[in-house]
Amino acid sequence: ETRTTFNRGPQRSFECMWRDMGNAVASIAWAVLLLPPITAVFVIISRFSLLHPIQAVSECLSFLTSASAIFSFILLCGVIIMVGFLNLEYYTVIPTIACSKIALLGQLLHPRQFVNSLGHCIMGIIVAWCCAITVGGRYETIADPCAQGDGSPQMCLNEYHLILLLAGAFVGFSHSLLGVIYNMNYVSFHTVQQYKYLRFKGSLSLVLKCSATQALYSVRNYIVVYFFLGKWSLSVHPLDSIAGLLDLSLLYHLWISASFLLFTWHLTLLLFRVFVTEVYSFPVQSSFTEDAHQCLPTVLTDKQPMILKFLALLDLALLSQHSPSRRSEVFSLSQPGGHPHNWNAISKECLSLLADLTQRLIAYHDTVATNGRAKSLSTGSERKTSSESSGMFPRPTLLMKTPASVFARSIVGCPQSPLTAPFTPDLDSPFASPALRRLTAPMDQCSPWFGTVQSPHIMRRVPKLWSTSTGEKSQALFADSQAHIWALEGLSYLVQSSFSEDQFGVVQTALPSILSCMLGLQEAVDRHFKLPHASSKPVRSASSMGDSTHKTLRFALRATLKTSIYRITTTFGNHLNAVKMSAEHRKRLQQFLEYKE
Amino acid sequence: MQLYPVVTQITAIWTNFLFHTFTTYSTICTRDSNTVYCHINLLSCSYIYQLMSFYINSPLSCAVVVPKWLSVSSGCTLALLRWFSSFHGSLFPHLTVSCMSSEDMLAEFSQVLNWSDCVVRAFAWHPHTDKFAVALLDDSIKIYNPKSATTPTLKHRLQRSVAAVQWKPLCATALAVACQNCLLVWHVDPCSLSTRPSSGCAQVLSHPGHSPITSIAWSPSGSLLVSASPMDTAMMVWDVASESGVPLQRVGGGGVTFLSWSPDGSHVLASTPSALFRVWETRMWTCERWPCVKGRCQSGCWSPDGSRLLFTVQGETVIYALTFTDTPAGVPTCTSKGSQAAAVVADLSETTFNTPDGDIIVGGEIQSLAWDPTGERLAVLLKGDPQAADRPAIIAVFKTRTNPIFELLPCGFVQGEPGTEPRLMQFHPNFQHGALLTVCWSSGRITHMPFYFLSAGVPHFGLSGSPSLPRPQERPADFAKQSLFTELMS
Repeated sequence: ETRTTFNRGPQRSFECMWRDMGNAVASIAWAVLLLPPITAVFVIISRFSLLHPIQAVSECLSFLTSASAIFSFILLCGVIIMVGFLNLEYYTVIPTIACSKIALLGQLLHPRQFVNSLGHCIMGIIVAWCCAITVGGRYETIADPCAQGDGSPQMCLNEYHLILLLAGAFVGFSHSLLGVIYNMNYVSFHTVQQYKYLRFKGSLSLVLKCSATQALYSVRNYIVVYFFLGKWSLSVHPLDSIAGLLDLSLLYHLWISASFLLFTWHLTLLLFRVFVTEVYSFPVQSSFTEDAHQCLPTVLTDKQPMILKFLALLDLALLSQHSPSRRSEVFSLSQPGGHPHNWNAISKECLSLLADLTQRLIAYHDTVATNGRAKSLSTGSERKTSSESSGMFPRPTLLMKTPASVFARSIVGCPQSPLTAPFTPDLDSPFASPALRRLTAPMDQCSPWFGTVQSPHIMRRVPKLWSTSTGEKSQALFADSQAHIWALEGLSYLVQSSFSEDQFGVVQTALPSILSCMLGLQEAVDRHFKLPHASSKPVRSASSMGDSTHKTLRFALRATLKTSIYRITTTFGNHLNAVKMSAEHRKRLQQFLEYKE
Repeated sequence: MQLYPVVTQITAIWTNFLFHTFTTYSTICTRDSNTVYCHINLLSCSYIYQLMSFYINSPLSCAVVVPKWLSVSSGCTLALLRWFSSFHGSLFPHLTVSCMSSEDMLAEFSQVLNWSDCVVRAFAWHPHTDKFAVALLDDSIKIYNPKSATTPTLKHRLQRSVAAVQWKPLCATALAVACQNCLLVWHVDPCSLSTRPSSGCAQVLSHPGHSPITSIAWSPSGSLLVSASPMDTAMMVWDVASESGVPLQRVGGGGVTFLSWSPDGSHVLASTPSALFRVWETRMWTCERWPCVKGRCQSGCWSPDGSRLLFTVQGETVIYALTFTDTPAGVPTCTSKGSQAAAVVADLSETTFNTPDGDIIVGGEIQSLAWDPTGERLAVLLKGDPQAADRPAIIAVFKTRTNPIFELLPCGFVQGEPGTEPRLMQFHPNFQHGALLTVCWSSGRITHMPFYFLSAGVPHFGLSGSPSLPRPQERPADFAKQSLFTELMS
């Protein structure tokens, strides 16, 4: 047993990596397969003219078979593959929530983010070059022959080509920045399970709409920037004038190129999300010891990688709800020995997840109550020690880190707050350097940053930039709550079905601890929602590729928790009076039995 | 070729006056068998059964005479035609129902009889306790609880033209309300003494194009809420806590009018304004299409174990049944496969009865169906004819049995005081001594009618949210000598 435990570490991570890579590769392959029709549509849209439709179509056809078209198509495929791998490299199942504006700035200036932005810039330029080839005409080449004063032919800069290339870089860069602001790398799981194709089809129109609107805004911003900065000495047609930039055909081509670029990238992202969150059915138990590490109880208890733990929890929630035969495996006893190893492992892991959240909420509440001076940071750093990152999954243990960021600056407006305070993510990142310290050090009140501060009355408050909103801190506390939701669902459905299906009574022994854990969490959640702003609803951003599911996770958790307790109380009814528990919990349980919660 | 003729005795005895028994042979084919008969059935669910019930005595005789190529090609043509006609509806749902205002639409598709002038527009028992919510003509909702002295009144500026209300299962507080332009989910604290909860207690769920909402249904596990609008081709599945909705769109039908979630949580019935309804399985959210011959599916209800669906079609006077059998557990792809065709289980054609007050004609089109949670009583609200005095709207009650064979026996009628007609009915979700039917009358009165009986079998809900505790076996002594009890209001 010891030997296998020792051996399976690297093997498992390799397999996980492989599974994950497989999914990612499949999604990239689909994105590449979808590229030809999208490109064809783009060619038609960009070259179509109302006056000469037949001529335009024949031109499109001849272009599509030309060598330059094929070359640019190969380049586009390369970009899509690159985007796909960047998605894989940067995605996370636990969102990074910036508790303040400065923390967000910290994320944007993070070296990792810098690499990401640079990559997107370069890919943007490549796509824009392909677009320039596709649109053709005046956009096609970077240098145009032009006659000088003395009549000798000379090559001049074609600014139409340049403006398109720079637009690609700008859109790529802004896409990367918006990705951080809207948490685009966050992959959320849906409550409604659908097959991959249907999920993809359902989101397609949204992706198209998002791409078109985001392209519109990006182009608008780009035009403004270009108007002020785009001075090229060697240009034939200088475009940095209002008249030059208000060329409708130019704007149209900029917009459709940007839309094409964003659509292909968003599509790759959508496919990636659909593939990576696909339900995976883990075996509950295996008769071979070498497969034991792939079984649900083992995968559940693993810390790494996060995506696998999430998939295992999702599978647990589904099997407990839908699959009697797999439930019977959970309730079964080991042969030989007669121990309910499966149930023990699953229930223990779920309970420890829930207990962890309860502790986190209690600690947060205590820090708020004691003005945030005591023990908050120690909690954070303690948790931090358990974190380590693997190459494949870059932000694996945000689960552990998020609370630290929340505790770090729990009291708004304490001028002696620790230096690293307002930064949400990596406290140990290279960014936590002297440069950062300068930024985060308590600001001199007459600093130009805070010029708007006028009266001493206002000066006593902490400037807006630094202050953290309680709603966002609440979001950060519940950032990984999808795991808790599945744990609650899994446990409660298993307990419910144990009433009729559990032949050996394995669940009964754990019932007191499950109930007390849930009731304890209920108490903590109730207390948390009594804090100011914790129950305020976030504003929804309707049309963006970013996922805002994380903003409402705490409400989902609260609802699931209540439903789970009700599920147990309605199943067992007054039998629960025989379960041993503290007087406090008994009182709470009675409320549930009488339907008064 | 696999044909399993299963003899199902469908006994429909229509009281003493109309004693009419007929026996049909329903045929269940496996899905993989490509027999002629099944093929036709796949395309037109109830068509064969209609033919069978009304014109032909033995369905098996008609199954073998058609050459296969002919049936396949004609079947394909038929399917193509159907598909195109349904596509028309889905592309232009406005055309199908365009001549209606949204109030008319609500009245047309509501389960309430004459919804527009009805004082009680919606009614909902709480699934676990003895409280209920009533939506009134003035768009307010009142919550009555025998254990509480206060009667909270819910008002909201968006709460207009309430078509349906339903309490969230496994929750004491949440009440979903289908309104004209949105969906409201109220959170009413049962311990609160406030009589006017503020509109801050209500969550507003809306989606562009998804209005007016005519039907809602909570999953029995309390996790999801589905809503339907005849103007929206997509059915919305809501995660209420996070206020996010997933539209589930399918080609054909044009809009969704009525929803019913099976008590075991495995299926959802979704009917459309055209002659087509769907049955969704709720695990991967795929659906089966069921085209009807005549009209749209008007109402439907599920047996307590979720294995049988009874439904009625507009313009017809019969009740159809569909069965859904569970596949071996653990098969991840598809949770269940249903039968291939709907069977007629009851014929409610017009019949004349001699009563002390004169002859009345009972029967005709059906407004709504309700099946009690023990699966032993079925209430059918018959539309009647408001113009003719001798054709009142009336509730017919049947005794039902699902095991070992499905049986439907007439039990009696529920009629109101002179001049009133039943508008809306619902069974109490957990009445201890049998079944309790609550009826809302045109006069605004709400009455509860108990049916005392000893439940034959303990229903096993399995996954449903309802308690699977054994029902109390002891029966109060004073009920012991009573035979089947039907209360006639007169």
